[in-house]
Amino acid sequence: MITRKVRKWEKLPGKNTFCCDGRVMMARQKGVFYLTLFLIVGTCSLFFAFECPYLAVHLSPAIPVFAALLFLFVIAMLLRTSFSDPGVLPRALPEEATFIEMEIEAANGNVPTGQRPPPRIRNVQINNQIVKLKYCYTCKIFRPPRASHCSICDNCVDRFDHHCPWVGNCVGKRNYRFFYMFTLSLSLLTIYIFTFDIIHVVMRKYPVSHLSNQKEQTCRRIVLVCFFTLWSVVGLTGFHTYLISLNQTTNEDIKGSWSGKNRVQNPYSHKNIIKNCCEVLCGPVYPSVLDRRGLMQEDSSVSATSAAPSSFSSSNPVSQTTKTTAPLIPNEHTPDDAKPSIAASAETSAPPKDEVPPAPKVPPLASPETDAEASIVKDKAH
Amino acid sequence: VFHNLQELRHSASLVTKVFVQRDYSEGTVCRFQTKFPSELDNRIERTLLEETVKTLNSYYVEAEKIGGQSYLEGCLACATAYIVFLCMETRYEKMLKKISGYVQEQNEKIYAPRGLLLTDPVERGMRVVSFSECSFTFPHVSSSCPHLRECVQ
Repeated sequence: MITRKVRKWEKLPGKNTFCCDGRVMMARQKGVFYLTLFLIVGTCSLFFAFECPYLAVHLSPAIPVFAALLFLFVIAMLLRTSFSDPGVLPRALPEEATFIEMEIEAANGNVPTGQRPPPRIRNVQINNQIVKLKYCYTCKIFRPPRASHCSICDNCVDRFDHHCPWVGNCVGKRNYRFFYMFTLSLSLLTIYIFTFDIIHVVMRKYPVSHLSNQKEQTCRRIVLVCFFTLWSVVGLTGFHTYLISLNQTTNEDIKGSWSGKNRVQNPYSHKNIIKNCCEVLCGPVYPSVLDRRGLMQEDSSVSATSAAPSSFSSSNPVSQTTKTTAPLIPNEHTPDDAKPSIAASAETSAPPKDEVPPAPKVPPLASPETDAEASIVKDKAH
Repeated sequence: VFHNLQELRHSASLVTKVFVQRDYSEGTVCRFQTKFPSELDNRIERTLLEETVKTLNSYYVEAEKIGGQSYLEGCLACATAYIVFLCMETRYEKMLKKISGYVQEQNEKIYAPRGLLLTDPVERGMRVVSFSECSFTFPHVSSSCPHLRECVQ
């Protein structure tokens, strides 16, 4: 029996990929993220190569310098959003899951056979509002308020906003501010490049020196890319500014949790735009509670009692807890009422982010947009 | 018969755990319920446990406080594109270190002598404060648990 030390990230359940020995954490599908990187780096490279020499000479050398700084900031924010833990809640260890199960059984009392047990919901009063905490059958916990289960990453994420394929990660409590800074700085960068593109083209039209055809084509392409990026990114920034000022998440906005139909108001809002913004953007940077780089012992012998074969390759982290659908207590009595939980464990209660997008709404704080642009925003948000 | 009974008790004395859950009545701030779990009725005095949980709660409140220092930290970090966090510890991380020191101290002073072990909530995703107990039920067992180290998972 050989025991070896492995890092905990290798054994984490969920559909994340890890790089740099657990320091980097992303979703599985990274294609769109590479596209985002390519678009940003590509457009900026063209800008620096074809336009900045002219602008630096004829206008000011500060222009490319500021563009470079802004570009670096955008990339830093993008990488920070993509690579960090969004606020994943670790799954319950067997004892905790059992404890919760027992509490639920005790609360339900005796369910007549053949009847479905009541849904697992805990009511909590927050700020004079009743908030329902749902039970997550995958993670075997009652989700904290504002947490949601991302079906793409197969994790419960605290203060879940949405799963963003453009950054290749979920956006949650820990990386929401980086995501917002990314969209904000990208908006500024796009506007900046767009403006100087236009200035450049205008200046070239009434030339002192003449311009080669190829350079003019490139400038026009940059203008085009910027134009379309502008509306979607600026729109998205506007949408998130609106959400932040109300202290709402995209998830809550889509579900209409606080839309006032049931006279339920957002219990987390401070009813003050400044306070809400400060809490979301200037609040504490929460540390990750997912211990990725901790060491643990691992048995490499296949024991007869293991319920499922654990895979030891780091590219496929599957832990035993995901295979068992009901907590099995390794002592004399296994509760018979664990059976309803097995039957009910098939349902996941979080809507996946790739479902039908809702009807577009125009957020009041954004610049005047048509419905078409708002729908582009919503699409981009997913 | 006595031997069999003892063996039965020994085999049944797995580590059972008691979990103190989160208290969400004040929103999403990290706070644990101060309600005394009935399973620990004979093991520890009510006031001691409540004191521990209240102190933990106060540490978390301080860690999550939004005030002058957190604004400063946030603005400075943003200005440096958050690179400053590669060299500097965030306030929350400093508080977490303080909390784990406190947990250790409480274990040494209060809980270990009573055969209990308090687990730092950060190891459970900030969801629960868990108390593990060793229940070796030899008839003459004293309140201190000699096998505490092996009891813990």
